[in-house]
Amino acid sequence: MLPDTMGLTFLAFCLPFLGALVAPALTRILGHNAAWPLALVPAAIFLHFLGFNAEVARGEIVTGGYAWVPSYNVSFSWLIDGLSLAFLLLISGIGTLIVLYAGGYLKGHPHQGRFFSFILMFMGAMLGLVASDSFLMLFVFWELTSITSFLLIGFDHAREAARRAALQALVVTGGGGLFLLAGLLLLWNVTDVTQLSLLMSFGAEVRASPFYLPLLFLILGGAFTKSAQFPFHFWLPNAMEAPTPVSAYLHSATMVKAGVYLLMRLNPVMGDTPAWETILPAFGGLTLIVGAVLAIRQSDLKLMLAYTTVASLGLLVMLTGFGSQHAVAAAALYLVAHSLFKGALFMVAGLIDHETGTRDITRLGGLRRAMPVTFLAALLASLSMAGLPPFFGFLAKEEIYAALAGGSLRAVAFTAAAVVGNGLMFAVAFAVALKPFLGAPVKTPKHAHEGPALLWIGPVLLAVKGLVIGLFSAAAHALLTSPLASAIAGKPQTVTISAVPHLGLALALSVVTIVFGIAVFLFIDKARAAANRLVEDIGWGPDRGFDQVMTGLVRAAAAITRLVQPGRMEIYMTATFAVIALALLVPPAVYGEWPRLPVWPADMPFHELAVMALAVLGIGAVLTARNRLTAIVALGIQGFCVALLFLLFGAPDLAFTQFMIETLSVVILALVMTRLKLTPRDHRPLREKIPDAVIAIACGLGFSLYLLKVTQGRFDTALTDFFNLYSKTIAHGANVVNVIIVDFRGTDTLGEIAVVMVTGLAILSIIRIRKGRA
Amino acid sequence: MEVPFVLLIGLFFSAAVYLMLSKFLVRVLLGVVLLGNAVNLLIFTNGRILREVPPIIPAGHDVPKALTANPLPQALILTAIVISFSFFAFLLVLVYRAYQDLGTDNGNEMRLAEPENDPLPPTGY
Repeated sequence: MLPDTMGLTFLAFCLPFLGALVAPALTRILGHNAAWPLALVPAAIFLHFLGFNAEVARGEIVTGGYAWVPSYNVSFSWLIDGLSLAFLLLISGIGTLIVLYAGGYLKGHPHQGRFFSFILMFMGAMLGLVASDSFLMLFVFWELTSITSFLLIGFDHAREAARRAALQALVVTGGGGLFLLAGLLLLWNVTDVTQLSLLMSFGAEVRASPFYLPLLFLILGGAFTKSAQFPFHFWLPNAMEAPTPVSAYLHSATMVKAGVYLLMRLNPVMGDTPAWETILPAFGGLTLIVGAVLAIRQSDLKLMLAYTTVASLGLLVMLTGFGSQHAVAAAALYLVAHSLFKGALFMVAGLIDHETGTRDITRLGGLRRAMPVTFLAALLASLSMAGLPPFFGFLAKEEIYAALAGGSLRAVAFTAAAVVGNGLMFAVAFAVALKPFLGAPVKTPKHAHEGPALLWIGPVLLAVKGLVIGLFSAAAHALLTSPLASAIAGKPQTVTISAVPHLGLALALSVVTIVFGIAVFLFIDKARAAANRLVEDIGWGPDRGFDQVMTGLVRAAAAITRLVQPGRMEIYMTATFAVIALALLVPPAVYGEWPRLPVWPADMPFHELAVMALAVLGIGAVLTARNRLTAIVALGIQGFCVALLFLLFGAPDLAFTQFMIETLSVVILALVMTRLKLTPRDHRPLREKIPDAVIAIACGLGFSLYLLKVTQGRFDTALTDFFNLYSKTIAHGANVVNVIIVDFRGTDTLGEIAVVMVTGLAILSIIRIRKGRA
Repeated sequence: MEVPFVLLIGLFFSAAVYLMLSKFLVRVLLGVVLLGNAVNLLIFTNGRILREVPPIIPAGHDVPKALTANPLPQALILTAIVISFSFFAFLLVLVYRAYQDLGTDNGNEMRLAEPENDPLPPTGY
């Protein structure tokens, strides 16, 4: 290995984002031919990771990375084993073909550069996701794939259906990402490690942890939403609103497999428990059947493929959770096989749509002469999807049946699910690959002819690869599937299955599947009608449920806003003061910290009490005044009484300021209030007066008790002593209060002056506005 | 000596809160003035009360001769008085202008920014 492999690997992870940066400019210069140079990015990444193949095939695990936030033990680190490498090669390999395909598919589109940029960003996120070693990186890239998927699904943002599908995908997968985050945090708590590579040795601790079940639900919440498991499957078919390169890449070959990846990655840690081996196969099997039935129902090529993708993902989840050695090998085989044939078929569907103007299967036929290359790719891919020898799909299917078949009720149930699901998918495969090409030519919206090379290179290469792997299975197993299966199982595994059929139960089940599939294919119109009736009878589905949830969310938000922000000031005020009263009264009640019963001071001279009594009278007059002048004057009374109190208790500066301010307030109030035709009389009816009075008295009582408690405590004179000691010796002023104001706390006073100035300006402008308008 | 102050301050707070709970802004304004005085007296009493000896250092001395009133709360209150006056003046002008434009000083009738029957936000995509 070269010494700078680590740097190159880091570069490989950054390269797609750099490519995304230059893609728009490049497309402006080169037009759709920018696809050629841009495809070099994933191709280079593919070649770089291919270099790890020998090491990984030997069973080694390549790790590397850089410290990111060392103080929090966060690193940008990667882990490349059989599982990661298989994904890395699929993502970069298929990505290369997709970039080329997109060059032809969106030729002349005004935002093609933006599209390249999005798809490269997605590629970067996906590569990071499957290679991440640290939990944080895994989560960041996980959410990044959701966001880039949102951008790609909503690429055609002028259509409402595209916007809805994009939002739906984001809400479902992004929301699932939050489950994943919580799950990863819990894993961190349970094991005290933040890296997947270290986590592998904590399997027993995790499984024995009391938090195992919550942990499982959180992780499954992330994986099932991303991988479109029932009942979260609905976003995936809707995501077909995206341009076809996106459907082929994100929604069949790569992103939707992220959930499966997560489950496979955690299988050695969290698998092998009754919960794992019940929940995963159950949901996977259900998704398989639901997806296959819904696929039969469709007549749109892309939607048929989308629902079979849902079914395939269900199959993968089922196999991952099934818990036998063969099941792991089958999952590994099917994972790769599915990416190849489904990517190819999606591109074929897009190609047909692009060249004929429709992808409705009932309006297509006889294209074999017009589009021979496309037909070849479709045929090869669908043979693999149908699981016929010697294609890769056949290996996967044989291994699946070998894994599932058994005598127990559980084995029989899941075998039956697999046979039904595979049979239906078989029918869909041939419907997609044969119906548009065979039979008499049908007039299509556009005159059908073969697409340009950019469009058919991808599907042909992927389809041929499915055949090649099937033929040279030994080499493929050694290089790809055996390390992949080993990584999923967490211990060395060897995949041996070859394309030569062996007599046995698995082959018998394959034959049953094929017969069932052919039967469905022959009567596919009737099957479609039957499936349609079934779905219509059920009526409500999670897709409609999503709309209801979103509408409900908006309504609930509006209702809550109206409740807490009704636009009525008295409600805000009441809430504020009620909370203040509670904050003052509840803590002493809870902690028993009431003040001692006070003693009335014996040495209060008459004049002090008289001033206080006058203040009380002033307050009473403000509360009960019948006309505004009385209220203003009464307000003056209490203000002057406060000033007098300051004077009597050693604060002449305060008294002086208070006198000035009170005089000013009364004068200004009198000037303004006489212009308003208002009475300050209380208009409150009694039923409002009583609660208001209760809150007011509670507040007053609270402040009194608090003050009493404070004054009964010890008084810390440190600050007072400081000011007394230094105001003459340091600040050279005899009036300590004034020295504090202008010297010790001079900045504070500056702030105060600024407040007064700003207020003055605000008042001035408020008054001026009117003149401007008049 | 603090006890009469404690009672008086409680009364100030009660009256201020009661006035501020009104929906009529002029009464809220009166409440704000009372609240300012209540808070100032609260700070004053918190710093303990001493009669008739202002914190002034006599000529020829470096420190106060005898025990004087606590200067720190006084300095804080001095700032507070000015700030609460600014606040009062601003509020008064706001109420005055609101009355001129809207013809009311009832806070509940001022629904220009938050209309009574705000339509639901759009629920489409």
